Amino acid sequence: MPERLINALVLAGFLAVPLWALAADEPFTITLATRAAILALAAVGLNIALGIGGLVSLGHAVFFGLGGYAMGILAYHAQTYSALELGPLSIAGTKSMPVIWLAAITGAALAALVIGWLSLRTAGVYFIMITLAFGQMFFYFAISWSAYGGEDGLSIYVRNGFPGLNTLVPIQFFGLCLALLCGALVLHWRLRASPFGLALNAARQVPERVATVGLDPVRLKLVAFVISGAITGLAGALFADLNRFVSPTMFSWQLSGELIILIVIGGVGRLMGPVIGAALFVLLEYWLGGMTEFWQIWLGVVLLLIVLFARGGILGLLTGREGAHV
Amino acid sequence: MSALLIIEQVLNGLQFGVMLFLMAAGLTLIFGVMGLINLAHGSFYMVGAFAAAAVAAATGSFLLALAAAMAAAALAGALVEMVVIRRLYRAAHLDQVLATFALILIFSEGTRWIFGSFPLFLDAPGYLSGPISLPGGIQYPVYRIALIGVGIAVALGLWYLSAHTRLGIRIRAGENDREMIAALGVDISKLYTLVFALGAALAGLAGALVGAIQSVQVGMGEPVLILAFVVIVIGGIGSVKGAFVAALLVGLTDTLGGIFLPELFKLFMESGAATQTGSALASMAVYILMSVVLVWRPTGLFGART
Repeated sequence: MPERLINALVLAGFLAVPLWALAADEPFTITLATRAAILALAAVGLNIALGIGGLVSLGHAVFFGLGGYAMGILAYHAQTYSALELGPLSIAGTKSMPVIWLAAITGAALAALVIGWLSLRTAGVYFIMITLAFGQMFFYFAISWSAYGGEDGLSIYVRNGFPGLNTLVPIQFFGLCLALLCGALVLHWRLRASPFGLALNAARQVPERVATVGLDPVRLKLVAFVISGAITGLAGALFADLNRFVSPTMFSWQLSGELIILIVIGGVGRLMGPVIGAALFVLLEYWLGGMTEFWQIWLGVVLLLIVLFARGGILGLLTGREGAHV
Repeated sequence: MSALLIIEQVLNGLQFGVMLFLMAAGLTLIFGVMGLINLAHGSFYMVGAFAAAAVAAATGSFLLALAAAMAAAALAGALVEMVVIRRLYRAAHLDQVLATFALILIFSEGTRWIFGSFPLFLDAPGYLSGPISLPGGIQYPVYRIALIGVGIAVALGLWYLSAHTRLGIRIRAGENDREMIAALGVDISKLYTLVFALGAALAGLAGALVGAIQSVQVGMGEPVLILAFVVIVIGGIGSVKGAFVAALLVGLTDTLGGIFLPELFKLFMESGAATQTGSALASMAVYILMSVVLVWRPTGLFGART
């Protein structure tokens, strides 16, 4: 099957299922679809670093969590009518999504710049491990930082607002998430075909040649890491808004692992790989989770089979081509 | 803060460090010999602890429990190596990470299925309970001293194995050139299974030993696993000596940081804020240590320079 047809079918499905759920009055299905869209957005972000840049980051939950806490902290100050004191600065909280998103993207991008700059001095296994270590650093910091709930996390009572929309209506919030997901997909698609994307792709495969023509492979990867982190941060803010709750588990290394899983189930480096992966993951979680408390065993088995026998994920199976090697 | 407290905390740090070494030694051997990142190593720790708790409950013998822990973990390790890991030696790191992550899910949920979600309890035997008087009038639990002793004994044993036995020579040769030793007639796949089982047995032993001071529960392996990764990365992946030094470093940093950082911040902050900042920093200390080491020496303290 041609990949474009599959891509179109997946997007159509993403639109059709919630609309059907709306007509059938099944708000829970819309919530599941929203969850899938947000996880897909986070994985689309990771896919830029992992799929194009070949950076196996086991710490992307840092950016997801930072996005979540950007939302949590700003909304917490808005709901308690207290100002956020940052040294000499005093910032009022906000319940406006665009402002929160901006904060989430900026915070995640800055963190990605620092973490990427430090981590890219290493390569291979050491890169995987140092990103994992940064993830743990944020995780333990969030647990011990009691001003914002510590281990218990922060609850936000009312979902934040977006001008012109009522985000409390599930289908409207879903539309917003889907629109952002599509935006990120367009960005990924444009980026991959751009001179930057081509150079990055080459830096993954043969860094020496890239260096020989005068480009700095480490800098290319750093830029990719920052863009990647920023998108995952945005997803984190949406995820927190979906649950109206943030907690240190958003920083957990299991979440970093799950983001990689989403991409690998769908197909590494493929445009729609993360979207297919996220949709399947949420479906598995819901179906198997309904049947057995131990659904993760079966997730493990599926994952193992994909890694051992279906390299290239679902898209690789359907199109007959393996795709990017990382 | 008294000298007694400091010595006690140093001993705690050493005890934690040698237990990390038991985990890290297997991980670093497996990486050094086979080039494999094994996230499922924490599962062997858990398997060991559960096997020990089950056998101790059935027989009442702690030594039997330890033997069972090592046997069960070694068996699980050998099985996993033969069924899954063997296919991953030539695979990309990403595939290794994912496949072993999948194994964690299977092991953790499988254990929850068999034993349930409630923690099990494993008690140290009577002859190792209670405190011992150390020179200087320090009262310190005998069991923890025993743990330090076991850790050092294992470190010496590994050194002897590596330096003075035929198996050790083969392992080191396998690290350097696997084609060559295969050509010399060593059954390389049997050797790999053996090394993997040995690493798993050490993890299982650590799980059982630590299980007697903490509770035995599903998911107990992952925090230790991540710290063991920190250890082998600081020590230099593949180096058992590096793992030993780094394990003590990490154990001491983690334990002493939790005590001293809050005190340190009290010197120039008010007490409540100091405790908070200090304990937050202490929980991140080992990861900060690792980042600093990696930025300074990207292949760890004793790692091969590339």
